[in-house]
Order: sequence, then structure tokens, then C-alpha cells
Amino acid sequence: MIFTDIVFFIAAIGALAGAVGVVVLKNPFYSVLSLVTHLFFLAVLFLLLNSQFLAAAQLIVYAGAVMVLYVFVVAYIGGAEEPLGDSLPAIRPLGVLFAVCLLAELCIGVIGSGLKALDSHGAHVSNTFGAPSQIGSLLLNQFLIPFEAASYLLLIAAVGALVLARKRRGFEELTGEGGTA
Amino acid sequence: MSATAWAWLVLAFPLAGTLVIGLGWRVLPGRVPGWLASSMILAAFACAIAATVKMQDRAPAARHASSTLFDYAHSAGLNIGLSIYVDPLSLFMALVVSGVSFLIHVYSVSYMTSDKGFTRYFAYLNFFVFSMLLLVLAGNIIILIVGWAFVGAASYLLISFWYRRETATAAGIKAFVMNVIGDVALVIAAFLLWKNAGHHVSYTGIFAGSKTHFSHDQGTLIAACLLLTVGAFAKSAQLPLHTWLPDAMEGPTPVSALIHAATMVTAGVYLIARFHPLYEQAPTAANITAGVAAATLFFAATCALAVTDLKRIIAYSTMSQIGYMMVGVSTGGYDGGLFHLMTHAFFKALLFMGAGSVIGAMAGIQDIDRMGGFRKSMRFTYITFVVGALTLAGMMPFAGWFSKDEILGFDVHRGGFDLILAIVGFAGALLTAFYSFRMVFRVFHGDSVPEAQSLERGELFHGEHVNPMTGEHEDTGVGFPGAEHHIAERELPMKFAMGTLAVLSVVGGVVAIPGVTDWLRNFLDPTFADSKFVNAAPSTGADWTGLIVGAGIALAGITTAFVCYIRRPGTTAEIIKRLPFLHRLFVNRWYFDELYDALFVRPTATFGRFGRYVVESAFVQGTLVGGATRIVGAGTALARTAQSGYLRGYAVLMLIGFGGLALYFLLQAT
Amino acid sequence: MNITWYLVLSAFLFTIGAVGVLTRRNPLVILLCLELMLNAGNLALIAFSRMWGNGDGQIFALVVMVVAACEVVVGLGIIVGIFRRRIPEDVDALSELRG
Repeated sequence: MIFTDIVFFIAAIGALAGAVGVVVLKNPFYSVLSLVTHLFFLAVLFLLLNSQFLAAAQLIVYAGAVMVLYVFVVAYIGGAEEPLGDSLPAIRPLGVLFAVCLLAELCIGVIGSGLKALDSHGAHVSNTFGAPSQIGSLLLNQFLIPFEAASYLLLIAAVGALVLARKRRGFEELTGEGGTA
Repeated sequence: MSATAWAWLVLAFPLAGTLVIGLGWRVLPGRVPGWLASSMILAAFACAIAATVKMQDRAPAARHASSTLFDYAHSAGLNIGLSIYVDPLSLFMALVVSGVSFLIHVYSVSYMTSDKGFTRYFAYLNFFVFSMLLLVLAGNIIILIVGWAFVGAASYLLISFWYRRETATAAGIKAFVMNVIGDVALVIAAFLLWKNAGHHVSYTGIFAGSKTHFSHDQGTLIAACLLLTVGAFAKSAQLPLHTWLPDAMEGPTPVSALIHAATMVTAGVYLIARFHPLYEQAPTAANITAGVAAATLFFAATCALAVTDLKRIIAYSTMSQIGYMMVGVSTGGYDGGLFHLMTHAFFKALLFMGAGSVIGAMAGIQDIDRMGGFRKSMRFTYITFVVGALTLAGMMPFAGWFSKDEILGFDVHRGGFDLILAIVGFAGALLTAFYSFRMVFRVFHGDSVPEAQSLERGELFHGEHVNPMTGEHEDTGVGFPGAEHHIAERELPMKFAMGTLAVLSVVGGVVAIPGVTDWLRNFLDPTFADSKFVNAAPSTGADWTGLIVGAGIALAGITTAFVCYIRRPGTTAEIIKRLPFLHRLFVNRWYFDELYDALFVRPTATFGRFGRYVVESAFVQGTLVGGATRIVGAGTALARTAQSGYLRGYAVLMLIGFGGLALYFLLQAT
Repeated sequence: MNITWYLVLSAFLFTIGAVGVLTRRNPLVILLCLELMLNAGNLALIAFSRMWGNGDGQIFALVVMVVAACEVVVGLGIIVGIFRRRIPEDVDALSELRG
């Protein structure tokens, strides 16, 4: 038990650090890397929650594929520094304020909800909980339609990516650095 | 054919004329519309004669007939048929109207040649004659009102005939507005009579009903009669609804002759004569009518002394003479009043025709200060004009002498209040004689003005085409007078018309020479047999005394005019210098126009401006409508600030929304 | 280590992601923060799945991952398009959809 608590705290702190890093770091490349670390720690948290398949999927798909895509794009665009001079100076404190309010609400909702089950360690689970076999059987039996719909969505996204990326007539091709006004 | 069938034909011919000319104006060439219109009126006159002949075949007590064509309105207790009533009074009026109209149509054929609106003119003129005949032949008060309104419309159309002249259109509107006041009074009177006298609209029904339902001089009856008087005064241009008549001289001269001298303005006299049983039952109303008419008589004569526009002098003379007729028919002298109506139609139309001829020679100018010396160059016009003026002045042995003095003699005989009216009438006769010869001497005698001189040389003066009142330049296209001017000496139709009227003015008195002939009295007797005054006529001796007095007054007036204008020219200028206030009063028509302007026109205009600028523009448009749109606009502008285009702004809003939702559920759960 | 902590952690991560979306001006970084929020949601889902003891929450989290991937693809495609058109990579300048 102690071991899981320690691992939990380490993973939690790591995730938080990664998240803060994404928001705070100026260079977008560093933000991407920060997110990758965050995802890694999140995978650890998933493991703690007996979701092996999802932890693996997180690492392989999310951190492995999506983040690599991000890295490619950041490299292409070349992560410019953010321009100085905010056009909406009021947004910053206002946004932070509202986010903090939201946090407060959520915490109250969670802690003060009085759900007995929340206090527990969760229901008893067998060994197969979270294993690929269980996920697979769920996907193909109960959640067949969401499964198929998700694959359809992926198809659409792929076609969309192609459409967005193709060359168009009269389109100025990039020659030098981009991102200038 | 029966008399009523002939009477329907009398109505049908002018109506057919209007329709054919109005609808077929494209295909009728040249002066055909004019001759067609004139022949229609001649046919109507012939049918009127035929109807009269047929009517005279009957016994005097049976000389009335009514005929209904179809149900005009039938609802809620009202039972109105399109009916006509043929009796001596309506036949008399129909004969005068159609006869004089025929002559004026013939005169107009040459007067209006070269006017681009020639065809339109004759369509309107025929329409007018139809309306007037409908009015006099109507069998119930509702059809009378229909004819009354049509005549008002025709008058408006013809006054503003030259519609591109602003003065003409303004005059047309003024005439129409004042006529409408009379129309409203007439309708209310009809309603009062219908409601209180037994729900009749036909004349016989109303008269019978009023005998049974109204007592002598009852309030409602007086009110109804006074409303009828208001209607009559509006149409006949008596005080206080008289200001439209001088302005109505903006129309072409034959129109002035027909409508505003011979026929339309006499409709009021016809109305009172037709409703004489009611007036006799309510002597208060009759006295008020006669009193106001006498005042008008005098007032108009004073204005005619000072005004300088030739047509307007004749217009004031018309107003004055109609005052005589009104005095006649409201005091019981029906024969005199209607006799004067007939003679007045003759000589007033003649005077207007002569004036038209002179104005033609002056190339459109109507100011007598600029006229003079036409005696040598326009002999025919001069002779006929003098005949007309002598008749107007009441000189013997012309027709006007007999007719005017018959009225005054009757009033003297009746005595009392009517004696005062007679004295006013005699005073007016003196002024009448003076101003009629003022016209003659100023226009035809004296030194020849350039226009007269050029006519003596044989050429008609060509002036510029200007508005005679304001002097603005005009062209000769549609809506303005034509390019050519016509004088009687050169146009046969004009000569024919003027000559006929001159002859009639001379011999017209023969129908009622006291003690010798009483054809008119016998003719009209069946209508007025129920009158209280039917046997109140003065004796022959008293009549002749009145005639001698009248002749003496006329001679005095003519002599005074002769002295002022011929013997000692410049006398009038002296008088004007001595009495400037009086002269100003007369020239400005006793300031009635200014009074009405201040009392009615200005407040209405101010109210209208207030309504437009304050109520309509500022309040309704600005505050109510504009306010509503501005509130909506402000609200949407407020809402629009959320659509700033900034992604982060949208994200904040989303977050706020989400937070609010979560709060709601949180609160729900507790 | 009860489920509550996981949920609180998820709330924190979500908030951090929200702050990032509101504060940063580079669209790429905004997308990254969006990923943060999605992952926070995933964490909450899986925590609840563990609480109930059935795998429904995990399937849900899997589909969320799929959706996130699709969204990233399209979003990055748009950003690349913006970059190609030489418009500055600043969401405050990309404000033409305004009312």
C-alpha cells in the first residue's frame, strides 16, 4: 500500500509539473516535450488504476504518434516566440480567476459529494480487469457501434488531413521563414 | 311619350355627350367635340321643351309627375330610388339651364380653339350640364345631393382647367373646400328631415311629413332649414361662404359664364324655392336667410365698385344679384326670384361673353386699368355689352328692370322686416347701376390703349403669355391657355351666342309685365300653389310704382357713372384720395379672405405642421419607432460584444458557462 | 490512495489546461493545452471505471483518445495552412470571425 501511495504521489507531481510546464514555457518545442513527460506520468497513473491496456495505448498512440506529429509540425513551423503586447490584457487575470473558480467547484463537487464509493479503493476487480482481453471483448460485444464509429471518425480525419495539406492553385509556397506579418 | 320620358332624355343627352367625348377623345378630330357637345345640349333643350309642352297639356293641379328608374339604395329604413320629379319649377330650371348652356357651348367652340385641352373642356362642360340637370330634376333629396356633389366636382375640374397655373389650382381647391362645407350641411339637413318628418326622402313625402310632425317654427325645423341655407349659400357664394367665387374666375371665361353666373350658383336659389313649404313653416329661418342675403347683396355691390379685374367685377355682381334672388325666394316672392334667375342668366352670361371678347383683344390681360377705348374697334362687343349692362342696372325696358323690381316691389308690399330688405335692395340697385357703367366707360370709352389701337389698325394684339394675376410667364402647352385669342367680331359662333342673349335680355321681360302678361306666374303657379303668399302679390298699381322707382334709381346710377368717368374724369381718383379707408376696405373685399386665413387656414396649417414635425417625425418616427429600433440595436450591440473574434475570449465565455453549469448541479445536489 | 485523489488531480490538470488555453497566444500551444484537458478527462474516466469495476470507462477513454488524435490532426493541418499563408501565428490576429 505504501508503495502504491508513493508511486501515486511521484506520478501525480510529475504529471502536474509537466502540465505546468506546457503552460508556462515560452518555446513551443519545450512545451511539446513537457507534454510528453506529462503523458508518460499519466500512463503510470493509469497503471496504478489497473488499466494496463490503456496505459500502453496512451504511451504508444498518444505519446508515440500524436506527439511525434506535434514535433514534426513545431519543427516545420519553427516555434516562434510569442509576440509582446497583449491585445486583451484583461484576459489573463480574468481567465486565471475563472479557472480557479472552476477548480474550486470541481473540488467541492468531488470531496463534498458524500459518495461513499469515492472514499474507497474501488470495487474488487479480477486479474483480467483492464487487460487487453477484457478491452477487446468489450469493444467487440457491448461497444461495437462506438468502435466502428471511432474508426469511421479516424477515416474522416485522415481524409481531412489530406484535404488540408494538398497544394492549391494560387497558393504561395513557402520559401523562407514563415510566420511574419 | 310622357313628360317624364322626355325628362329622362333631357338627362341622357348630356351624359351621352360626356361619355362619348371623354372616352373617344383620341378619335374625334379638330372641333368635332365642341359641335358634338353643343348638339347634345341642344337636344336636351329640345327634350325639355317637349316635356314642358306635354306637361302643359295637363290640368294645373296635375302638373307634377315623378318617375323612378331603379332602386338606388334600399336598406335599414331608407328607400331611395333613382327618381326624377317633373313639375313646373324643375322644367323652368331645366329650360334655363339647357338653353343658356347651349349658347355658352357654341361660344366656347370658338373661344377655346387652339387650346390643347379642347376635348377635355367639352367633356367636363357636358358633365357639368348633366349634373346640373340631375340636380334640378331630382325627385328626392338624396339624388339632389348627388347632383349637388357632381356639380361641385365639375366646378372644381373646370376652375382648375388650366391646371399648370398655380393660382388656378389653388382657386379650385378653395372652391371645392367651401362647397364641401355646404355639402355637409345639406346632408345633415337631409338626415334631420328624414328622421323627424316620417322617414321620407321624396319631396312630397318630406313636405307632407313636415306638416304633421313639425309645429310652426319648431326648433328642429329651423335647424334643418338653416342647414339647407348653409348649403345653398356655399353653392351660391353668399356671405360668409363667398370667398371662392372671385377666385373661381381663374377658369376660362365661358366657364365663368356658365357655372358661376348662369347656372351652378343659382342652385342655391332653386334649393330654397324647392323647399319653400319648410321655409314657410319656419319663418325664423326664412328671415335669417333673407337678412344674410341682403347683407351679401350690399357687400358685393361695394366690392364691385373698387375691384379692378374685369371678371371679378362681374363675379361680385353675380354675388349681389343672387342676393336679390335669395331675398326673393325666402320672403315668398318666388315668381320674382325665379324670374330674376332667368333674366340674370341671360345678361350675366352675356356680360361674361363680352368680357371674354375684350380679354381676347387684350391678349389675356383682365385689368381694367389697362383697358380703354375699345368702342371704335369692337362695335359688336360694345353694343352687346351695353345691352347687358343696361339690363343689369335695371334700366327700362330691359328684362332686368322687370325682374329686379318685381322682387323689391313684393318685399315693399309685405312690409315689416321685408321693407328693410327692400330698402337695402334699392340701395344696392343704385350701386349696381353705377358699377355696371363703371365697367362700360372704363373698358370701352376713353383713350385707346395700345391693344385697341392695334385692333383699329386691323390686327389682333399679340401679347406675351402670362398669368393675368401674377404676371408669370407661361407656355401654351397642355394645362395653359392656347396660343390664339378670339374676339367676337371675328368669330361667328361667338357673335351668334352673344347676339341671342342680347335679344333675350331685351325681350325677356315680356313674360311678366305687371298687369299685362303673367305667363311666368301662371307657369310656375302649380308648384307654389300651396304657398301662403300665393295671393299676397301686390296690385298692379303698386307694381308699376315700384318699377318707376327702380327705373329712376337706375337712371341716377348711370348718370353718376357718366359724370364720374366721362364728363369729369378723375373724379374717382379724388374720391379715393378723400376716403382712403373706405376704398381700401372695398378693394380688399372687406378683408374676408384675411379673416378666414387667420381664423381657419393658419391654425390648420400650424396644426398640420405640428402634427408633421412634432407628432409624426419626432414622436412617432423618432421616439416610438426609432426608440424601439434603437433599443433593439443597443441590446444587440451589447450582445455583439461577445463576438469579438478573439479565440481566448470565446474560451473564457465557454469556461464561464461550464463553471456556471457545474455550480448549478452542485447546488442541485445539496 | 482512494479514488478521490485521482479525481482531484484530474480537476487540477483540467484547470491548468484551461488556464493555458486562455493565456497562451500561440495556437500550437493552445492545442497542447487542449490535450492536457482531454487527458485530465481521461484520467477521471479511468478512475471511475476502477471505482465501479467495469471497463466501460476505459472504452470511453479509448474513444476519447481517438477523438483527440483526430482533432490534433485537423488542428495541426489548419495551423500549417495558416503558416503557409504567412499569417502570424497569433490567435489574437486570427479574429475575423467576429460579429
